[in-house]
Amino acid sequence: MISIRNVSYQIGSTMILSDISLEIPKGKVTALIGPNGAGKSTLLSLIARLERLQSGTVRVGNLLVGECSNRELAQHLSILPQTLDQAPRLSVRELVSFGRYPYHQGRPQAEDNRAVDHALTVFGLADLAQRPLDALSGGQRQRVQIAMNFAQDTEYMLLDEPLNNLDIAGARSLMALLCDVSERHSKTIVIVLHDINYASRYADHIVAMQNGTIMAEGTPSEIVNADLLRDVFQTNAEIMHVDGVPIVLV
Amino acid sequence: MMGWYWAGVFSLALLSFCSIFIGVIDLSVSDLWRDPDGLHLIAISRFPRTIAAVIAGGALAVAGCVMQMLVRNRFVEPMTAGTGQGAALGILLVTIFAPQAPIFLKMMLASATALFASLGFLAIVRRLPPKEPLLVPLVGLVYGGLIGASVVFVAYQADLLQFISVWLNGEFSGVLRGRYELLWLAALGAGFTYFAADQIAIVGLGRAITTSLGLSYGQVLLIGLISISFISALTVVTVGIIPFVGLVVPNIISRLFGDNLRRTLPLIAMLGAGLTLASDIAGRLLRYPFEIPVGSVLGVLGAFVFLGLLYRGQRYE
Repeated sequence: MISIRNVSYQIGSTMILSDISLEIPKGKVTALIGPNGAGKSTLLSLIARLERLQSGTVRVGNLLVGECSNRELAQHLSILPQTLDQAPRLSVRELVSFGRYPYHQGRPQAEDNRAVDHALTVFGLADLAQRPLDALSGGQRQRVQIAMNFAQDTEYMLLDEPLNNLDIAGARSLMALLCDVSERHSKTIVIVLHDINYASRYADHIVAMQNGTIMAEGTPSEIVNADLLRDVFQTNAEIMHVDGVPIVLV
Repeated sequence: MMGWYWAGVFSLALLSFCSIFIGVIDLSVSDLWRDPDGLHLIAISRFPRTIAAVIAGGALAVAGCVMQMLVRNRFVEPMTAGTGQGAALGILLVTIFAPQAPIFLKMMLASATALFASLGFLAIVRRLPPKEPLLVPLVGLVYGGLIGASVVFVAYQADLLQFISVWLNGEFSGVLRGRYELLWLAALGAGFTYFAADQIAIVGLGRAITTSLGLSYGQVLLIGLISISFISALTVVTVGIIPFVGLVVPNIISRLFGDNLRRTLPLIAMLGAGLTLASDIAGRLLRYPFEIPVGSVLGVLGAFVFLGLLYRGQRYE
């Protein structure tokens, strides 16, 4: 479980997060949704300690994020950052191998190689292993980066907008894969999503944010409704139910 | 990959052989065994000169690669972005204020000013717009030029101009036994860098990924900058500023073999050593029996390769 207590964050005089308290359930897929600038990415960065906490506490499992060592945190939690720069000049396997760094510190063992092979297989990249990253499409590269997170073998995985650059087929298969990974390897996965429908269809738990506060949280059928769309997204879209899953008509 | 390593070792051996037997005084391989003067010449001058070129070239290429990873820009290198000039400034200040200081202390001070100069460069790079990668090397050239100019100014005021030309213009003709041995420390510095190869490659992927892999971004940055400054200072003090090796070599190797530094750093070191040694040999032959400083040869050669890299870089991005 990730528990966040009274976390506030500001840049200059602008409040990005105001007094957030939240529990993210263990072993589930949780989606963070909300309009641009709601503070979703900032919240994720604070959990992963990409930014320093200004106030409040964050606890990942038994680790207190403000106090544990970098390496300790990296063995329990991995993050896919939002900004993908241009492709590094590495092969698929080389990049995924970096995911093992928190364990081997530069001297990979047989066990690390096995974990890399496993990650490549799970993400369907085994055939591409020797390909250079700049020969891949943006979507494939995104998958390779998530495979690197998976090779890090952490109980908690945070993904900041992993569906960027993906077409509908790529997005669906990635979401299905992440649900599968969460279930099979009992991983807690937190995903920042732009599209409510992906959250609704694939996530176990949804947290809706706006203006640095949490507006609603619960299962998709509990919280995805006309009120949420009006209050959080300022829009009056219609909602349909398909097999009990609320789907927003866009 | 193994094949490339062996090709590198073999070419270096061949170049070293040529370097030892090329010079104003004729040496013949077949007569060497009954020629004590020849052996003496090798021990005092030709061998030190060859080793100096190999170490300086290899270490500078490694330092260039490290700097490109830290700054996340392929068009910078310590000798054109202020680190080398910073080292020259340090050694000049020691020469003025504490001429009697032991050489080791002089070295440490030159390394320290080189480190300050690199930190200054990094602070400036942070403030440049990330979408304009070509600004970084240009700002580096201006920044390095400014420090270089202040070195000349201070030297002019202190009447030490003849000293600084030795540091600012790299050449190997002054390398003799007893006057280059500090360079072995630069080789050590480059070798030490190899142990941090993974960390430096990861830092090249950006701050977020570095942090998420459990590394302290600032710490790796500092380690990298210290090793760059150390290597630069040792090179500047013993043979002077040698430009473009650190720029051109890492780019060529990265194009061909990628950026997995654990695999490519040895190739970078060998190509850097080979290129510098070949340039030094060319400098000895072009106007025989006079010499052209290796800095000039590399300056001309490197400028053309650099332009080619810029041109191709733009075409691909």
